[in-house]
Amino acid sequence: MIKKILRSSWLALVLLFMYLPILMLMVYSFTDTATIGTKGNFSLKNYVTLFTTGELLGMIGSTFALAFGSAFIATILGTIGAIGTFYCRKGPKNMINFVNQIPVVNADVVTGFSLCVLLIVVFGINKESYFPLLVGHVVLEAPFVYLSVLPKLKQMDNSIYEAARDLGASAKTALLKVVVPQLLPGIISGFMLSVTLSLDDYFITTYTKPATFDTISTYVVNATKGSHTEIKTALWALSAVIFVVILTVVLVGNAISMRRAGAEHEKY
Amino acid sequence: MNLRFSRKHLSIPYTVFLLCFVIAPLFVVLYYAFTNGEGRFTVENFVNFFQSPNTIGTLCYSFAVAVTVTLCCTLIAYPVAYILAKSNLKKKTVLLVLFIAPMWINFTLRVVALKEVLTMIEGNLAYHPFFNTVVGMTYDFLPFMILPLYTALSKMDQSYLEAAADLGADSAVTFFKVTLPLSLPGLISGVTMVFLPSMTNYVILDMLYNSTYIMGSLIGSYFNAYDWHSGSLISIVLLAIIFILTWTTNGFQEEETDRGAIL
Repeated sequence: MIKKILRSSWLALVLLFMYLPILMLMVYSFTDTATIGTKGNFSLKNYVTLFTTGELLGMIGSTFALAFGSAFIATILGTIGAIGTFYCRKGPKNMINFVNQIPVVNADVVTGFSLCVLLIVVFGINKESYFPLLVGHVVLEAPFVYLSVLPKLKQMDNSIYEAARDLGASAKTALLKVVVPQLLPGIISGFMLSVTLSLDDYFITTYTKPATFDTISTYVVNATKGSHTEIKTALWALSAVIFVVILTVVLVGNAISMRRAGAEHEKY
Repeated sequence: MNLRFSRKHLSIPYTVFLLCFVIAPLFVVLYYAFTNGEGRFTVENFVNFFQSPNTIGTLCYSFAVAVTVTLCCTLIAYPVAYILAKSNLKKKTVLLVLFIAPMWINFTLRVVALKEVLTMIEGNLAYHPFFNTVVGMTYDFLPFMILPLYTALSKMDQSYLEAAADLGADSAVTFFKVTLPLSLPGLISGVTMVFLPSMTNYVILDMLYNSTYIMGSLIGSYFNAYDWHSGSLISIVLLAIIFILTWTTNGFQEEETDRGAIL
């Protein structure tokens, strides 16, 4: 009994540590005070500022545009790469697997800095062209797509592809109509992972972005240093919105996949 | 030349991509680290790094921070993962999701929240830089330790524990001789996911109390000063640390990444 209480209280304590700051911020986002812990009156002004300031809306929009755009490219590149590599001989396969791990284990600071030196300093590509930024995000994401597609290729029954070929499908048709559908769960989770990686990135963005471009991360870091309290507290509202959205998506997604797993279970 | 389409040809675009944007940057950084402004070979950057008390001090401080943060994360996360893996609660996955979900919330927004709360409790955060660094990083990286530990612990075959009990081991012996060794892969993957970012993620400290004093911040300041040569050298030092770390823990195996495991 005591053990049980101890266990639950440890879980509760850690959850408190993880969520208390965000919850406090959420509560205070509905007041007119600029310092947490001081008394304030109920107010929706932070939300009004958040949804009416062009600068904030633009920054949020470009963050998502960058995340979905780069994730789309990374997903195509990583998926094609994984399929091709899977059918390679052992030597090249191991080589590509090894190189693929480099951005995964590397620190984002180093990835961003080295790309900046290569593209901007050596090749003189203009930052304002968005090319270095896009490349940076794809480098961050594609290896994770590759890694989430690869296990699905291993699980796949290769005889289905052979059957399609025997029945007269060309190699391209067989790949598109037979192989890719079987990889779809891996491709989708690779895409979702790419989007979250891009949304969370600070370092690669800082080292490769155009001067006036901002994502949520770079904007927030600058805003915490500035003295602009109105923007600062509007970001509390943004945190609250993102927190609620993420938690809802994750919990609902989990409930759906659990129900599906339960239905699968009943079938057998 | 055989131009017929073959499935393995699909690996070509990705290989080219990796060569251009993963391998090439590393070579460029290596070149810059060992040359000076006039493009001549030099080990001066290297010597400067190991002779300057500033950079060596940063390296040591960085290690101290990373070790402490990793230790804190492990001590907090292991019991959490253990309790969750062992419990037969119906809503276990919901609870797990709650522990992992912060991973998907932008880290800068979470650090803003932590900063406000810590300021309310402590006042000026710059008075306890080391303590606040550790708190901030532990807060940020905790989910990355919980997830791999939980995965390893929940995959564990329960019959080993029963066998140990049958053979007369008490719970402490069972834990140290059976559970802990079996959870080691999860622990290692958690450590690599916490240790490295704690050496390099300088934005957390920068946001908490406007100061940076870890390895990553050196790259940041050289970047701001357009000093590509010194910045490259720091990158090489970090790459060496990363390589040693992943090599000793065998991180270069292909396996499903833990970050995506729950998606």
